[in-house]
Parts: sequence; structure tokens; C-alpha cells
Amino acid sequence: MRAAVIVLPGSNCDVDAYHVLREVVGLETDYVWHQEGDLSRYDLLVIPGGFSYGDYLRAGAIAKFSPAIQEAARAAAQGRLVLGICNGFQVLLETGLLPGAMRSNESMLFRCRFVHLRVENTDIPFTHEYKTGAVLRIPVAHGEGNYYADAETLQELQEHGQVVFRYVDETGAPTAAANPNGSLANIAGICNREGNVLGMMPHPERCAETILGSQDGRRVFTSALAWWRNKGVIGRG
Amino acid sequence: MAERWENVGLTAEEYDRIITILGREPNDLELGLYGLMWSEHCSYKHSKIHLALFPSAGEAVLQGPGENAGVLDIGNGLGLAFRLESHNHPSAIEPYQGAATGIGGIVRDIFTMGARPIALLDSLRFGTLDEPRNRYLCSGVVSGISGYGNCLGLPTVGGEVYFDSCYRGNPLVNVLCLGLVPKDRIVRGQATGVGNPVFIVGARTGRDGIHGASLLASREFDESAEEMRPAVQVGDPFMEKLLIEACLELFETDFVVGMNDLGAAGLTSACSETAGRAGSGMELDVALVPRREEGMNPYEVMLSESQERMLVIVRQGCEDQVRQIFEKWGLEAAQIGRVTDDGLLRVRENGRLVAEVPAASLSDQAPVYDRPRRRPDYLDETSAFDIDQIPVPEEYESWLQRLLQSPNLASKEWIFGQFDYMVRTNTIVYPGGDAAVLRIKGSERGVAVSTDGNARYCYLDPHLGGAIAVAEAARNVVCTGARPAGITNCLNFGSPERPDVLWQFRQVIEGMSEACRALGTPVTGGNVSFYNETSGQAIHPTPVVGMVGLLDDISKRCTAGFKGAGDVVVLLGSNRPELGGSEYLVQRTGQVTGRPPRLDLDLERAVQETCLAGISAGLIRSAHDCAEGGLAVALAECCFLSSTDDLAPPQLPGRTPAVGVQVSLRSEMRPDALLFGESQSRILVTVKEEDVPQLEEIARSNGAPCTVLGMTGGERLMITGGPAGQQLIDLLVTELWQSWQSALEKLLGE
Amino acid sequence: MMWEACVQVMLKPGVLDPQGETVGKALRTLGYDEVQTVRVGKVLKIKVEGADQAAVAARVEEMCRRLLANPVIEQYSFQLVKESEG
Repeated sequence: MRAAVIVLPGSNCDVDAYHVLREVVGLETDYVWHQEGDLSRYDLLVIPGGFSYGDYLRAGAIAKFSPAIQEAARAAAQGRLVLGICNGFQVLLETGLLPGAMRSNESMLFRCRFVHLRVENTDIPFTHEYKTGAVLRIPVAHGEGNYYADAETLQELQEHGQVVFRYVDETGAPTAAANPNGSLANIAGICNREGNVLGMMPHPERCAETILGSQDGRRVFTSALAWWRNKGVIGRG
Repeated sequence: MAERWENVGLTAEEYDRIITILGREPNDLELGLYGLMWSEHCSYKHSKIHLALFPSAGEAVLQGPGENAGVLDIGNGLGLAFRLESHNHPSAIEPYQGAATGIGGIVRDIFTMGARPIALLDSLRFGTLDEPRNRYLCSGVVSGISGYGNCLGLPTVGGEVYFDSCYRGNPLVNVLCLGLVPKDRIVRGQATGVGNPVFIVGARTGRDGIHGASLLASREFDESAEEMRPAVQVGDPFMEKLLIEACLELFETDFVVGMNDLGAAGLTSACSETAGRAGSGMELDVALVPRREEGMNPYEVMLSESQERMLVIVRQGCEDQVRQIFEKWGLEAAQIGRVTDDGLLRVRENGRLVAEVPAASLSDQAPVYDRPRRRPDYLDETSAFDIDQIPVPEEYESWLQRLLQSPNLASKEWIFGQFDYMVRTNTIVYPGGDAAVLRIKGSERGVAVSTDGNARYCYLDPHLGGAIAVAEAARNVVCTGARPAGITNCLNFGSPERPDVLWQFRQVIEGMSEACRALGTPVTGGNVSFYNETSGQAIHPTPVVGMVGLLDDISKRCTAGFKGAGDVVVLLGSNRPELGGSEYLVQRTGQVTGRPPRLDLDLERAVQETCLAGISAGLIRSAHDCAEGGLAVALAECCFLSSTDDLAPPQLPGRTPAVGVQVSLRSEMRPDALLFGESQSRILVTVKEEDVPQLEEIARSNGAPCTVLGMTGGERLMITGGPAGQQLIDLLVTELWQSWQSALEKLLGE
Repeated sequence: MMWEACVQVMLKPGVLDPQGETVGKALRTLGYDEVQTVRVGKVLKIKVEGADQAAVAARVEEMCRRLLANPVIEQYSFQLVKESEG
């Protein structure tokens, strides 16, 4: 499996995604500059966190025109894997690869802290190594992570199992207090209908090593690798 | 009408000196250049002779004072570049942009050295939060740091925040940046090689900030400064991020000869300093400088303090490759001049000569003053203060609760939670403890870093206060298991033209120097911020020490929180009846008074060595410095940060406490001094019961007092003690924690 | 001819606007009890060259759709003002 971390002007979690993919999971991984127009050699494209184009205008709005992001759309259509983390999730929303939009956190403040997530769907390439309902300890760090979708879209997301992660408390309950940003229905991460495109606000790449306080995020990456090794079949057990 | 020199803030003597240097009268532009470069902010003319006292030599020092940042050898072929700098006055006028551009400036100082910036710390001081203006300044500064630092992708891993009425109207915003650079690739701010082209890179030049940093920082500050708002620059973190990446990519090549950021005094300072340091000259044409505004004259171009600009001197013949790298990052790079060998800074406009002065005369030949110093009178009164005037309180629990909710001691998570402290995934001890620890990927090593400076002690005894600032910063670093390696500093004071302020300044430097020598931590650089006064009232002398320490094995790093029940709590060091300058005394009397706690540097070293040896031997399971609020507050903090699982080491902020503690303090002294006194050289550690003898042996061999106080466990914080051994404190930890955790948010959240 | 397009981008009615809520609360704290709601938006001033007003308007419309507003949560409007004969 070959992974690419797309570097947009203003990306800053590119180094973290690269470190986890290469040093922790052991994948062949390259940085690709956003101007690159051919990413057909990659099986996994990661759009990392950061402030692409300074988050000017709207987070992720300008990045969607980059050739590499257009390539991500192509990869998605071909069934390859696309993972957008934090700002990468915002980019996926702006490009329309995932439905909905992001607003400022309800508190209007940037918040950096560990939160708890419940894994709602373990039938996609990125999560099949988790147990359904597992509660993860994972960091968030964003000012615009307040997910919004209209009622119809939300219903579709729920019906098709596209809500992958929800903010919950320690016991796994999706309470208002456990929601760090005001997201609709405590949504922290969603996928497309096919499950090969995942966008999430929390940072799995920041909790893939015990030395950082949690390695609950590691399986997002190892699941993807196992899925690829299994030739696109979700293996169990 | 004012004399010519007065318009640029110089004296008649200084003007004469310029005439001697030039052999003629300067023209207006030339006079402007001198006015700027000979301002206190750029020339350190009032502080230079005192700063020379700092011990700056050391085996590990790769770069001492005089460059954009100091660099320490941390092994594995790496240098650690670090520097602390103030942005006080701009933050007082426009807190968001003032703090943001403060970050921008210090980060440029670091990557100018060829170093990849890896982390930030902020040392902040504000007036008390009962005043809306101070709340506004605090929230604005925090947002500014958050907005700029987070966008750069630099973790803000620590710092401190204190509130005291002396900072009313004159907040302090000191920012420390750390960076890593391969030892053999350190870039200096030097313009060498005759004929080498000089580029300006990054943002375009506008009229913003003309006379900003230099003028603001070189005069007293008053209410009318509000009107100076246009002088404050606006930061563009996105541009800065691109600049960092482009410059670091450029350092991968061998095209760069020297680099300097354009900070205070803009082009004038960058050009004269790079040429001055190299002993060369420089010729530039202001017409070639890309502008954001029309009709700017040479004076405005040379003095502009527009942000996010760098001066880059490259090897002749590499111009096109250099341009290509900047183009990739969408940045403008314009060649504006070249290096010469005649020692002159020659400024042209469309070829016409508009200024010609010796470069080094701007950067190095400002007059140096040894102004009068005098011990301030208030010290007679404060040092005569007798604690026996203050009755012993009837009970202590409400005082502990009150202290833990005071903004100075309450949890700072409302603030640091707005900063991304994890990005780059190197932070392996998170904020909220004694010092942050960063791993060096690809090695077993780590760097611990802390900022510290108790201004109340400095106000009451500047020599002692200066020494304590160094000792405590070192102690913080030691509590993580790191050996202190060196310091940088920022000295925030009132007007140096006042003898009492200058006396304090000198005393603080002497005290700091003494502690640095005793603890083996050289001073690699620093920054001075004078004129921190509002309406004639100077702030407390506030030195901020930025201490870095090295860990050889990060798997042995230690944190402050207790690690579950059943551990023995041991105090390294000893309690003395010292309440002078304490937070408790301020809360009780509303006054900063008394004598600060004593500091015995031999004892300090013994305690630190014991702690380091205990951590390195794997005996010590938690270590926490006893500081503001004393032993009772330190014990409470160890409970607040406690955990039971093995994933605890990074010390996740905001988790509910896991365990309580029960201790007994046998002592004849009055209980409030025992609980809340701020005696120095004390570290609270925990060890397993069977390891107590071994720790005691280490302490004995180092000559450090070592006393078993009690044991962790239960849900309560229980302290017995005093002459009669009575119950002093018995409170539920989670309840204390909730009020400690939420206090700042209650004051600032709305 | 030179035109100035003044584009206003607002959150759609019904989409929560935390910034607007915060400003509204601040205004009421200052004693402006009559304040009912506040919505914060963006104004973009774009200088455009073009001979034909309808054609210029169509291009600006396209800019709004493609980049300036996010149709999921935002709505836009704009006015064109003739700046000078170019």
C-alpha cells in the first residue's frame, strides 16, 4: 500500500500524518505538493489538518481548487481511500465529497483537548478493526468543527450508516457536555455512501503512540492497511 | 520648534556623536536611521553594560548572545535554538494583533538561524481581572496567540500567567520559541561575500508600524497611547507559515549566506545588523522593494515594520534557483541590493544616493550609558514587615479554597486549551505541570522547557528575586527528569532613566547571574523591555527566565500528578516560616510586602540533584515543585493532576483527579506559614514504600533534607500538622478540583 | 469599464451563527435591550473590468457560487456599481 499526504499551503499536520503512516504503521508514504496532478499511484490519500490558505474566506474553501484535491475526488470515485482530518475534513466538505458544512465552534473559541468518541460504524475500510460502540480517547484541536447538515441530509447520513464517529462522554453517551463544538447530533466524523472517503475533526494521528497519552487512533490507519491487503474486503477476526 | 534630534528621540550629545562619525551633518533620512537604531529598543544603550554580567559561556553553547537566537548543543548532531522576546506595548494597544505579531517576530528569529521552529511558550502578565479592561486585554492576547500560533502549526506547550494590579494598563506578553537545527547548518545574520545579492522576501512593505516597536518600546506608556493604534501592525500567520517552509527549503541548499528577519526598525535594522556583524557593507535601492502602498518615500520604506518579511543574502549566481523556491511557496522575492566591502550602508532611490552611513555605526556604535542607580525607599518599609502583625487564622480550609480559586493559582486550562499544544506530536508532557517535555523524533532524547519569574519577589528583593527566577525555572525542568542546560530571558522593567528602576535592573541581573553560575546554566541570549509604566507607575521588576533542560531517556520522564494510591509522599528540602511576598499574604492583606523566601544555592543544587538521581534510578513516580501557594497548594495540585493508568505520563489536562492524599507536617511554626509559605528549594515527590530508604540514601549523599510526609490514597486532601498536630485541612479532592478547574473560565469565559 | 461588485455573504436563515449570538449578547450587555437578533456576514469588494453589465454580473454570480459562498450554509447577494469609464 502506498500512501500520500497532500501538502497544501498552510497544512501543518502533514508531518504528523506522515510520521504515523511511515514510522508507526510502516507504510510507504510520500508527501505530495498540492500542485501535483497525477496521484494515481497512491492507494490512500490523506488530506491533513492545518490552516490551508490561512482558513481565509472559509476553512477549506480555497484548497478545493488544488489539482491534488481534484485528484482526491478522482481517487474517491475509483474506490481508493481518502482520509480528511480536521482541515482535511473541511476541505472534503467544501469539495462536496462529503455532505454538510462546518461552522465556528459554538463557544467561538479554538479548543484543544482530549475528547471521547464512539465508533458508530465499523463496516468501512477505516474502522473495521474497532469494535462497534468502542469509546476512543482522542484529541480535537480546532476552531471550526461545528458540523451542520440540513434535516434531510442528516437523515440520509444516519440511514446509510455514514455517521462514523460521535462525541460521547466517558461512558459512551452522546451528551451535550461531551460535544466540544456544538456539532449536529454530536457528529465527529462521517463517510461517503461507499465508505472509502472518511472525514473527521478529531486527530487519530495524534493518538497512535502510547507516549502521546493514547493510541486509540492507530486503528484508523491499520484498518485501512488491512482492508487494502485483503483486496478491498473487510476482514473480521 | 523642536531640535532636529529631538524629533527622532535622540539627545544633543547623540547628535554630535553622529556628526563625528559622518564628518558632516546627517540628512533627514540618515538621522531617522540613527534615531531608530540608537533607540533603547534597538541599541540596548541603557542595559548593555549590565547585561555583560551574565555568564554566557558553556561547553554546550553553540551560539551565545548577539545573534537572532542562542543555540545549545543537545547531542545527536542537533542544536536547540531558543529565544524569549517581549511584545508588551503593542499588546497594550491592540491585544490580539500585538500578541499575534509578537509570535510572528520570535518565530522568525528562530528560523532565521536555520532552525525548524518546534514549540512556543508564553509568559503573560495582566492587571487584576476585576477590571473589564484587563479582562479584555487578557482575552485578546490569548486569542491573538491562539490565532497566530495555531495557524503556524506550532504547539504552545507551556508558559505562565499572573495577575497583579501593577500590570494594569501595561500587560506583559513575552513569547519563547524553540527550534531545532543541525549543528553544522546554523545560519547567521551576516552579510558576507562582496557582490552577493540581497533579497527581501515575503510580505510587501506598507506604511504600517513606522516607528512602531522601537518607538513604543522606548518611551513611557500612557492613556494617550490608544491613539497610536495605527502604529500597530497586523499579522498574517498564513504568510509566515509559507515563509518558514520556503526558508527551511532554502536551507536545504547551499545558496544562503546569511539571513535576518525584518522586525523592529525593519530594513534599517536588518541591513545594518547583517553588514555590521560581518564587517561588510551593503548597498540597496528602495525603489526595488515591493510595496503595498503607493507613494512611499525612502524614509518610510527603510523604517516600515510591516510583518512577515525576511532579508536573505545568497551566493552570487544562485538568484534564479532562490527565486524558484520562493515562487513554489507563492512568495515574492525581490533583489534589492548587494553586499559591499566598504563598511557603508548605502541607500539609493532609483539610483540616486539618499543615505550613506557606516553600517556598524548604526548597529554597534550607539552610545552606552551607565546611568545612576539608587535603592528605592519602599524597600525599608516592605523589608520591615513583621508577619506577627497578622493573626493566625481560625481555620485553613477556606484559605486553601480561596487560594486555589485565585487567578494566579487556578487552573490555566481555559487559556492553554485555546492553544494547540499537540501539533507536531512531539509534546510528551502536556501543559499544566511544572515544565513541558518535547521528544526529539529519531532519538531517545527530549527537551524540557519552562518559563518562570516571580515579580513580587523581585519587587521585594530584586537580587534574591532574580536568583529565585532562575532556581525555580531549573527546578521545574528538574521535576520532569531533565538536567537544566541553559537559559534565555526577557527583562521587563520600568524606565531605565529612573535610578530606582535601574537599581532593580542591576540587582536582578546580579541575582540571576549568581544562580546561573551555581546551577551551571549559561545565558544564551535575551531581550530587554523597558518603559513598562502607566501614568508614572512602573510595573514590578519582572524578569522572565526561559529554561531548557535535556533528558537523555524520555521513557524516564516524570510528571507532577500522583500515580495512584499507596505511594509515599516525600518532601525534598525543608519548610521555613516564610510568608513574605506570598500569594497567601497578598490575599490576606492586599499587599505585596515582607521579605521573599531565602535561597541557598547549595541547598537548591542538592535538592535538584537528588530529584534527578531519583527519577533517573526509576524511584520517583511523581515530582512537583512547591511554589506559589506553598505546600498545601502543591499537594492539592498533585492530586488534581493524579491518574491511575499507565498512559498518564503526558498528563492529559482536564481529567478528573484519581486520588487523594494524607500527610502530616510536624513543625513548630505557625500553621499558615507551614501550609502556604513559599520556601524555596522544595520538591514534593512520591515513591513506592519499599523505595523510601533508597531515596533517603540518595538525598543523604547529596546533602538534601528528605522527609516522609504521608501517603497517597482515598478521595480527600488531608493535612495535619502545626505545633499541636491538629487537623488543618480535610477536603474532598474532586470538589476542590472543580472550583480550581473552573475559576478562570468563570472570570474570563463570558 | 471598471465596476465594483459589492458581495454580501450571510449564513442562511436558520443556520446557527455563534458569532452573531455573541455580538448580540454583548450589545445587550451594553444596554441595547432593543436588540433582537444579530447575524454576522462578510462583505467583499471586487473590482472587475468588463464592458457589459449583464456579462459582468454573470461572472460575479459564478464567483459567488464557486468560491465566495458555501451553498450548504451561506447565501449571497451583490450589487454592481460602475466605477469609471475605462
